[in-house]
Formats: sequence, structure tokens, C-alpha cells
Amino acid sequence: MNPPTLLSVEHLTMRFGGLIAVDDVSFSVEQGAIHALIGPNGAGKTTVFNCLTGFYKPSVGRITLHSPESRTPFLLEQMDDYRIVREAKVVRTFQNIRTFPKMSVLENLMVAQHNHLMRASGWTFLGLIGAPSFRHAEAESVERAEYWIGRTGLADYADTEAGALPYGEQRRLEIARAMCCDPVLLCLDEPAAGLNPSETEELSELIGYIRDHHHISVLLIEHDMSMVMGVSDHIVVLDYGQKIAEGAPEAVRNDPAVVQAYLGSDDEDEAGERADSTP
Amino acid sequence: MNDESGRDSGRIRIRVMDYFAQQFINGVSLGAIYGLIAIGYTMVYGIIGMINFAHGEIYMIGAFIALMVVVAFGISEGGLVVLALLSALLVSMALTSLYGWVLERVAYRPLRGTQRLAALISAIGMSIALQNYVQLTQGARVKTLPPIIRGGFEFQFGNTEFIVRLSTLQILIVVVTLALMAIFALLIAKTALGRAQRACQQDQSMAALLGVNVDRTISLTFVMGAALASVAGLMVTLYYGVIDFFVGFIAGVKAFTAAVLGGIGSIPGAMLGGLLIGLTEAMWSGYFSIEYKDVATFSILVIVLIFLPTGILGTPEVEKV
Amino acid sequence: MNSPHAASLRDAALVAGIAGILAFPFVGLLLTTEGTAPTLSTRFPEFAGAVVVIFFGRLGVSAARRGQGLLPLVLGLAMAVGGALSLVVEATGLGASGAAAWHAFVPGTFLSTVACAGGIAIAGLAGRNYLMQDRKPAERTPLPMGQLLLWLGIALAGFAILLPLLPGVDRRLIDVATLVLTYVMLGWGLNIVVGLAGLLDLGYVAFYAVGAYSYALLSVTFGWSFWVCLPVAGTLAALFGILLGFPVLRLRGDYLAIVTLGFGEMIRIILLNWYDFTNGPDGITNIGRPSFFGLPFKSEPEQGTESFHTFFGVTYDPVHRLIFMYYLILALAFVTNAFTLRIRRLPIGRAWEALREDEIACRSLGVNPRNTKLSAFAIGAMFAGFAGSFFATRQGFVSPESFTFIESAILVAIVVLGGMGSQIGVAVAAIILVGLPEYFRELQEYRMLAFGMGMVLIMLWRPGGLLTHREPTIRTRPAPA
Repeated sequence: MNPPTLLSVEHLTMRFGGLIAVDDVSFSVEQGAIHALIGPNGAGKTTVFNCLTGFYKPSVGRITLHSPESRTPFLLEQMDDYRIVREAKVVRTFQNIRTFPKMSVLENLMVAQHNHLMRASGWTFLGLIGAPSFRHAEAESVERAEYWIGRTGLADYADTEAGALPYGEQRRLEIARAMCCDPVLLCLDEPAAGLNPSETEELSELIGYIRDHHHISVLLIEHDMSMVMGVSDHIVVLDYGQKIAEGAPEAVRNDPAVVQAYLGSDDEDEAGERADSTP
Repeated sequence: MNDESGRDSGRIRIRVMDYFAQQFINGVSLGAIYGLIAIGYTMVYGIIGMINFAHGEIYMIGAFIALMVVVAFGISEGGLVVLALLSALLVSMALTSLYGWVLERVAYRPLRGTQRLAALISAIGMSIALQNYVQLTQGARVKTLPPIIRGGFEFQFGNTEFIVRLSTLQILIVVVTLALMAIFALLIAKTALGRAQRACQQDQSMAALLGVNVDRTISLTFVMGAALASVAGLMVTLYYGVIDFFVGFIAGVKAFTAAVLGGIGSIPGAMLGGLLIGLTEAMWSGYFSIEYKDVATFSILVIVLIFLPTGILGTPEVEKV
Repeated sequence: MNSPHAASLRDAALVAGIAGILAFPFVGLLLTTEGTAPTLSTRFPEFAGAVVVIFFGRLGVSAARRGQGLLPLVLGLAMAVGGALSLVVEATGLGASGAAAWHAFVPGTFLSTVACAGGIAIAGLAGRNYLMQDRKPAERTPLPMGQLLLWLGIALAGFAILLPLLPGVDRRLIDVATLVLTYVMLGWGLNIVVGLAGLLDLGYVAFYAVGAYSYALLSVTFGWSFWVCLPVAGTLAALFGILLGFPVLRLRGDYLAIVTLGFGEMIRIILLNWYDFTNGPDGITNIGRPSFFGLPFKSEPEQGTESFHTFFGVTYDPVHRLIFMYYLILALAFVTNAFTLRIRRLPIGRAWEALREDEIACRSLGVNPRNTKLSAFAIGAMFAGFAGSFFATRQGFVSPESFTFIESAILVAIVVLGGMGSQIGVAVAAIILVGLPEYFRELQEYRMLAFGMGMVLIMLWRPGGLLTHREPTIRTRPAPA
């Protein structure tokens, strides 16, 4: 028996003018599992993420989320980005870190709970008069934020400006912030980029912890193969915008198509040229 | 600015086509002027992504210097007129370019790389300072110049009494604008400077790595924009015969609208946008009300930005996530 | 010769040369087109003076920047004294008889002022170098800025409350203070839009105009009192904010700036030309004055009614109304401030700041950017509406002339110079930018020039604004004392 499907992507295609960044890709994500999306630079991984999270509207394709919190599935390709987070609870991080640099770590995490707190503050009116119900909700939110601050090892930085944090801490802050949105699917775009081996190790543990203790599915884009192989339950490989392989880490590792995509065959050596074709 | 130069016969029965033709001619001349100013906005925006808020004031300074040169020659309708105009053109272009260069050097370059708003605020500050500098030194009253280029053609369609006028000056304006356009298009397309400019537009740090002198390229962009604006200044002075320290503001906003309408970053777009704005203004004043002509322009700006943010000839921009 | 002095000299000569070329047509020549024939007269003394001032000014600045003390100190003092002296000479008219070249009074005075101010600045800079020369850079402990600013705020507020009661405070000062407070309030309102939400609004004056005209029309047409009109005007301005903001708020920073500028001008043009409704350029007169809880400020109240002075049994003095106006705007400003401080700590306020920092990240966290921006725009507009009502009732007269682009530019400058988002910064900037020039009326002509140059200089000096300290809106543990 397979676990229920959380996300299914069918025939996803994204064109930018003449360039086809993602070409008829289909895959699915199971509930409570870690899936990885890998491929050489420019394979279209981030574009898939952008389509999933509503930042791009796909040219063709259907993206369905069967949320355990909702009876009807969400059609993500039809929703605005912020509604995907608010309603479908698919939350992402960014390859190039996007914190709120002048706000403290705690404030960053409070912004992530914006919609919940807005309701609690009676769309600001209850908040202005300092209603007890709002204070209670705010205290709860702080507690949740502090939980994730502790979990991601940011306790010493809680009141520090996010922009002043070291690089690795900023990456972890983004994950903590995404977790404060209470996701059902967490999409991490190269979370290990720029981290040293021990930080990567901690990150793997954190991702595993999120799956095991919070039962949240994770979709991961990553270049660090040892990390991907260690942490993922299932891997999808993209090359030139097309899916070339899919399966368990062991199977993917030995797939000749994957090996060729990464190492190149004898007569074509384009790894360098493709480096900057990602939109 | 007003555009009543061709409207002189209220009492005569006006035939629709003739009146339209007259407004069209007026609109094209006005549009050529807006287009020349708009090129400065569009080039600067293309290369450093900021609105050079003080560009309208550069144009105003160009107009003042041109007027000073013309006055220095003494105005007579003799053979000196050509000489006076040529000197006015050259002196004004040279000095105004220097203003443009210094403006970038002093107020914008040190702020490159800081927050976006800082440069815009600095530009607004410069705009206010330049306006008041001219007001303080030259006084707040309007400066006038009697028409020095007269003559033109008159057309009569059928046997109505309404005469469509096409003045020599209007022809001159359009011809000079077209010539400058052609020169600049060639400059951008064929020369090393043009290539450097386009490279900086795409990616400044990459261009720098490949040996393009980014600072110099940006400086030259400001210089070219200012030179064109000064030509526009000279033509406005001749066309309307009235300038003051405040002409830069509204002309600047309109030229910016033209740049946005044509597609910011595109030089042919700036010309096209200028033409459309000029025509809109002339037609609006001709058929609706002069009082609300600026409202019409601003409305176009808003509508274009909402429905066609890349303009007519602009390239669509994919949001980087 | 490659000594630093030679380099400084060359540099100063170059700068003075370029400035000379630039300034020649405007400072060295004077264009007159009134009368029969246009003429171009020369003003060489001023021109030469300007070039000399620039040369020595630049020399002083670059020497001071190199860390030299004595030379620029002397230079700066000389310039300041020279400038001040020639100002005195001109102001007293001593030089007027002899020198016809100084007929154009303005550039001469301007030059002296620049020399004076520049000299003081250079002397200050150099003096610091001079004194510090032998010392090691002092160990700088970071000041507890949060505490410091809090106390500064309390001190300013206390001073503002006590101001009319202080000895030596005359009508003029109260008038100026009232004006400054109007700008402080407007600045605080705009701070919500520009400082917190990061939306550059160059048409803020439109909402101020909506507030002022709403009050003026309601008061003149229906005779409604100030206290009834105030909320109505605020609401109308907020509605205008939503109406104008709705289509354009998704535009990027500088596009938004230009569009809002356009809106501001559109509203002004409509006010100017819609004669039936707004009375066009003549404006609306005889706008009702506010009363002190029902007690009007009139020297002779109508039969059977009380006025302020009869009720309190004091003799009539027109200054009572001025003081009342002062406290009225002070109260309105305090309300604006309290509101802003409070809303910053609410989810909406944090979302505004987050939006300013990174809109894409906001969207990735489920924040609806349009509604969030719209709320900032509307609330900012509402405060402008309140301030507009106050303006109308203080003046008793409104006309489109009061709502030009320059007002918007001043307000944006106040917010940005204050340090976007800093409430105290806005108050300090308003005092500097509005209060000082207003109090020194004599320098009125230079006000806008100095203002524009000040905007540029402060941006170059501190691109982030004067006060950039930001206190987190929420902490896991109390702030360190």
C-alpha cells in the first residue's frame, strides 16, 4: 500500500517566449515523504517550484494538491501565490535567500503567521484596542516562533536583525519562517547551497525531523548529491526541462540517463554552457 | 505649454477635416519635442533603472542657455538668424551636456548600489535645487522671445475659408528631430559606445568584467540625454517664445509618460510615445478642453502602466524569483 | 610636485573651473526680456565671487577630508567671516551706492550665504580633525539608541506641550510651531505609506487637499462644525486613497512614484478648473472656525451665547485662538503618532514593514500584497485628510495653490531625511526643513534651493536618513537596558 498522494503534477509545461523551460513534466509527491528534484543547472527545477507556488502561471498543465486539511483538492495552477500559502499551505524557500533583513528573527517568524494573526486581531480593530483574545493569540504565535527558533538553533539570534545573521543561519531562518506558515508541503530551493559539510548534516537532520515529527511532506531541490541521496525517499531527475528518471535514490543513482545528464556523453560537453539558462 | 499657435479663426465655420489636419500638425511638432526629452529618460532608465527626475530641469536649462545665446546675437531677421540659431544649438548642447554629466557625477553616482529610493530622492532634490537656482539667478518672470523664424505654407481644402498652416518652424522641428533620431539610432546600433550601452543595460557587472568602462558609459548616457533635451529646449523657445524656470517640471512628466508609453528603454519607443502624447494633447485641447489636457496625459500614464506596463515597443520583463 | 597640497590645488582648480563654466550663463549673465528688446547684461563680480568661493570651498573640503586640520580650519573661518561680512554689508545697504554691478541683489546675497554656511561647515569639519589629531579613535561603545530616542521623544513632546506657556513665546513662534506640527502630522501620516510600507507616494498632497476641501465645502455649504467634519474628511480622504491606490499599487517603486505624482497634479488641476464645485483658483473663503467645546473664539459673541473669553471670564485676546489651534494640531499629531506606534506592533504593521523589505518573500508567506498596501495607503490618506481639515480651519481659506507638487516633495523629504520609519526622525526633520526656514523669513528666497540641495547632500551623507535605528516591534525577552 502506497501512502496517499499529496501533490500531483501533470503535464506541466512552462514557456518563456521561445524557450521551453519545463516540458511536459509529471510527478507526484506522497504524504509524509521527502521528495527531491534534481538535475543539472538550467534543467528547470526552480521553474517547477515557481509554478507550484504560483509565482509563474504554467503554460500548460495541472497541479493538484490533495490537502489532508481540506476535502476538496486545490488546483494550484489557478491560484495566486499568496493564496497558495494561505489556503493550500504549500510554502517555499528561495535559492537566493529572501529574509526581511531589517526585521528581527522573531519578527520574520511573526510575519509568517500573518494571516492567522490578522484574523485574531480582528483585521486590526481588536488589536488596536488591545483585546485579550488578540493578546492570547499573539502570545501563542510567539511561542510557536520560539519553538522553531530553538529547533533551528537560532536562539542566540532571536532579537537580532535578520540581515546581520551569518549565511548558514539565514538559510535556517528561512526554513523556520516557512514552518511558521504551518505548511502541508514544504518546498526547499537548494537549502544546502553555501553550507559547509557539518551544517549540511544538521540541515538533513532538520528536514528529517520535520517529516518525522510534524508529518510534513518536503519537496527539495538540491545539488549536494550526498545530502539528497541520504535524506530523500524519492527522487525526480530533470534535464533540459524534461523528466529523465524517477525512483528511489539507489535506482536513480544507477540510471544511465542520469549519469549521462550529469557527466555528459563523449560527444557533447555542455555543462558549462547551460549554467545560466535558468530563467 | 499651450498649443494655440494654429487656432486663430473662431468665427469662421470650421470644416472637420481642416481643423483635424491643423491639430495634427501642431500635435506632431509638439510630439517631436516631447520625444527628444523622452529619449533622455528612456536611456537613463534603461541603463541604471532609475527615473532621472531632474531631466526636465536639464531641458529647462538647455532652453535658457539657448535663449541667452539667441539674445546675445541680437534678434534681427537678417542673415544672422541662421548663425545665431546654430550657435545657440551648439553652445546649449555643450553646456547642457556638462550639466547632465555633473548631475550624474555629483548626485547619482555616489548613490549607485544603495537603496533605490535614495537615488530618486536625490534626483528630486536636484530637480528642486536646479529650478530654484534658475529662479534665483534669472528671476521668476517668464522670458519671452519674439518669433524669429517666420513663414510657412498655407493650405486650403476645397473652398472653405479655414486655412491650415504649416510653419517653417514646425517643419524644422520635425526635420531636426528626425535627423537626431537617425543619428542616435545609428550611434547605438553601430558604435562601440552603443554596444557598451546595450551591454550595461543587460548586466553591468558582466559588462565591467569584459572590460566595458561602466562609469564612463553611464556618464555618456547622461550627456547624450542632456544634449537631446537641450535641442528640445531650443525648439520650444523658438516655437512658443515663452519660457520660465518652471517649464521643466510639466514637460518632464509628459516626456516621462511618453517614454513609458513607448516602452521604457527603447529609443524608437520614446519617439513614438512622444508623438502619441503630443497628438493626444493637441487633439484633446482642440476638441475637449485646454484646461484638462494635463489630466489627459496623466490618465494615459496611469492607463498604460496598468494595462501595458512594458509600453508599446518595450520588452516584457520576467519577474525574477 | 606630488605633495597632497598640489593635488588638492589641482582638484580645487578643476572643480572651480567646471563650476565656473556651468554657472557662467546663470550667475554671470542676466537675461531680461521685459520692455522693448531682450537684453543680456553681465554680472561679472558675482560670477568671479562664486568661482572663488567654490575654489576655496573645495580646497577646504578636500583638505579636511584628508584629515588635515589647520589649513582648512583657517580657510573655513575666513570664508565664514567673509560671507557674513558681505551679508551685513548688503543687508545694511552700505555697498549699494558704489557698486552698480550688485544691482541684482539676489545672487550676491546668495553667494554670501553660501560662503558663510560653507565656511562654517568646513571649519567645523576641520576643527574636529584638528582637535582629534593626536588622539586615537575613541573606543566607541554602542549607545543604547532605543532608550536614547525614547527620552528624546519624551523631551520633545514635553517641550511641545509647554511651548505656548514658556516666557518669550510670541504669536509668530506659535504660528510657526503650528505650521511645523501640521507638517509633523502629515509626515507621520506619510511615514506609514513611505517609511513603513515602502510605497513612494509623491502625490500625498492630494489627500491633504481632499481633506481640506471636504471640510471647507461641508462647512460652507451645510454649516457643519469642525468636529463633525473631521471624521468625514478623514473618511473621504481614505476612500480616495483606496480609489487611487487600487489600480496602481502593484506598480514597482519609481513607477508608483510617478503615477502618484500624476494623481496629485490631477486633483490639483481638477480643483483649479471645476469652477462650480470648488470655485476654481479663487478658492473657498469664510470657512468655519472650530470652537472650544462649543465656545467660539469671538470678541463679541451674539446675544445670549457665550464665547471662550466670556465663559472663562478672561479678557478677549486673539492669541487664545492661536494657542487653541496649536493644541488642536498637537493633539491630532499625538493621535497620529500613538496610532502609528501601536499599529506597528500589530500584524498589519509588521506586514507593511515586511513588504517594504521584500515583497516576493511576503507573497511566499501568504501575505496579500494588494490589500496590505491598500490599507497603508488608505490609513496614510486618512491622516492627511485630518490634517487637511485642520489646515482649512486654521486658514479659514483654501485654494488649489496650497496643494502643489512641492508640498508632496517636502513631505517625502521629511520622511526620508528623518530615516524612513523613524517617528522621531520625522519630527526632527520637519523642524529642520519647515521650522527653520519659516522662522528665518529673510532667507525665504533661498529656502527651496537650500531645501533641494539639502535633500541631495543628506542622501549622499546618509542614504538611510538621519535616524536609522529601528527597535524590533516584539522581543523574546525585554530589551537590554
